[in-house]
Amino acid sequence: MIAKKTAGYYIFWKSAFFILLGMSIFLLWYTTNEVEYVWRWYRVPQYFVAEMDVETRSFIEGEVKSIDRRGETVAITVANSRESETYQAPAGEIRVYKGDFIFPGDTLAVHQVTRPGILLQGLWLTIKVSMIAIVFGILIGLFTGLARLSDNPCLRWTAITYIEFIRGSPLLVQIYLWYFVFGTIINDLLARQGIPQISSLWYGVASLAIFAGAYVAEIVRAGIQSIHRGQTEASRSLGMNYAQSMLHVVLPQAMRRILPPLAGQFISLIKDSSLLGIIAIRELTKATREVVTTSLQPYELWFMCAILYLLLTFSLSMFVQYLERRTLIQ
Amino acid sequence: MIDVRNISKTFLVPSEVKALVNVSSFINAGEVVVVIGPSGSGKSTFLRCLNKLETADEGHLYIDGVDILNRKTDINKVRAEVGMVFQSFNLFPHKTVLENLTLAQRVVRKRSREEAVEKAEYLLAKVGIGEKRSVYPDQLSGGQQQRVAIARALAMDPKVMLFDEPTSALDPEMIGEVLDVMKALAREGMTMVVVTHEMGFAREVADRVIFMDHGAIVEEGTPEHFFVSPTHDRTKLFLSQIL
Repeated sequence: MIAKKTAGYYIFWKSAFFILLGMSIFLLWYTTNEVEYVWRWYRVPQYFVAEMDVETRSFIEGEVKSIDRRGETVAITVANSRESETYQAPAGEIRVYKGDFIFPGDTLAVHQVTRPGILLQGLWLTIKVSMIAIVFGILIGLFTGLARLSDNPCLRWTAITYIEFIRGSPLLVQIYLWYFVFGTIINDLLARQGIPQISSLWYGVASLAIFAGAYVAEIVRAGIQSIHRGQTEASRSLGMNYAQSMLHVVLPQAMRRILPPLAGQFISLIKDSSLLGIIAIRELTKATREVVTTSLQPYELWFMCAILYLLLTFSLSMFVQYLERRTLIQ
Repeated sequence: MIDVRNISKTFLVPSEVKALVNVSSFINAGEVVVVIGPSGSGKSTFLRCLNKLETADEGHLYIDGVDILNRKTDINKVRAEVGMVFQSFNLFPHKTVLENLTLAQRVVRKRSREEAVEKAEYLLAKVGIGEKRSVYPDQLSGGQQQRVAIARALAMDPKVMLFDEPTSALDPEMIGEVLDVMKALAREGMTMVVVTHEMGFAREVADRVIFMDHGAIVEEGTPEHFFVSPTHDRTKLFLSQIL
């Protein structure tokens, strides 16, 4: 017999939760104060949106002959007895006057540009790498999952070997293997043929996709096996071949059961992409590390980094929940 | 139409069972054959061998002259001509009733959407559930589901219909509606092989009754012969147990 909870019970424990949360934040603030850390959150936005000065310089020496403003741009003409050069720049701050004598390398004008900061670039790279790896991970996983269930021993054993090898070794080691072993081999072979090198980004994507693919394969296998055999028998007895039966009958039903564990796998993949920093891919974690070394504000930045990952993983799980609801209504 | 010559089938998993031993039979076009027998007698295996859901280990099996045990035969073509109705309906739960009927028409028969829908609507009306075209199978009663399953098989314009205990999973009050559909089908001259425990159906509709036990055909003949004057003791014993 479970006693019915009263309204007071819920109010009390909900308050307890918020008090606990508040205390944790206070404790953090208090301890950082004790070690005399100065919080400077205002320094964080510059790593998202960076304002940069771009200087327009002269390549020749000579006299400034004319400064010609045309709306948003300015044309500055520098000339000497032998040559004449006109420099176009957005109309920002003009550093010279007509008649000034200019040496090569002198700044003529300065204007400001707004660029995505290093954290935003890192975030974008994390998203890009994860999304590509997810797409390939799904494809690899789907085929491996089907191969794993095949009657053909070659297909089945290949699938099992792949799955066991990938699941049995650390992702970090696999990334090293891809970058330092397979990557070196492939790039050396390409170089001999005079073909451009493949960047480390793609070895990173490959290691993540192949890693995730092994786990997806097992999820797909479990999903397919959970569909009653009668569904295959019914579709095959209507004359559908294996592929048609899979495509129209089994996989759509398996999908509904596959989605939740698949979402979990891809959330792991996004987080695992943080390891790619070790092969010189400047994703979010490596970007944060670089910013920390220049800004010396590790507390704010590492919290920021964690929050950004949370943002990505949370939106993905929301998206999958939406998909789940949609397939359920279907 | 169906020519079965000495087929045998042994299951090795979970333990070695001889499901069919030297079974031979010939089923004419337009004939309604009812297969009966105690559970484990091999009657379902026999039926499932006819469209190669189970593959006979030995013997020969011809459907409309096509040797289906030959590896070179495209079994999918044969299956499209052989409709099958299962005990547990096996409707596609993610598709509406109409889509259940149109899917294989579109995918296997390559019919246009209009043609497939027209055929499906005609058959749904025929089995008496025309108004349920847009609902999903789990919103139907067992009897309705089985009628949809029959219509789904008929949508392929099969030459033969196989029924594997079509009423065994139904509540008693729904058995009648499914049997009525099957009777109507028999009257239209459909070739049918029916595995069932419905003796009333066998007596009324069957042209021939096959009695199986321990993977072999014990006795076969007209319903009159089978129910009134069976010759084998095993048949007499079975009939005395169930009638």
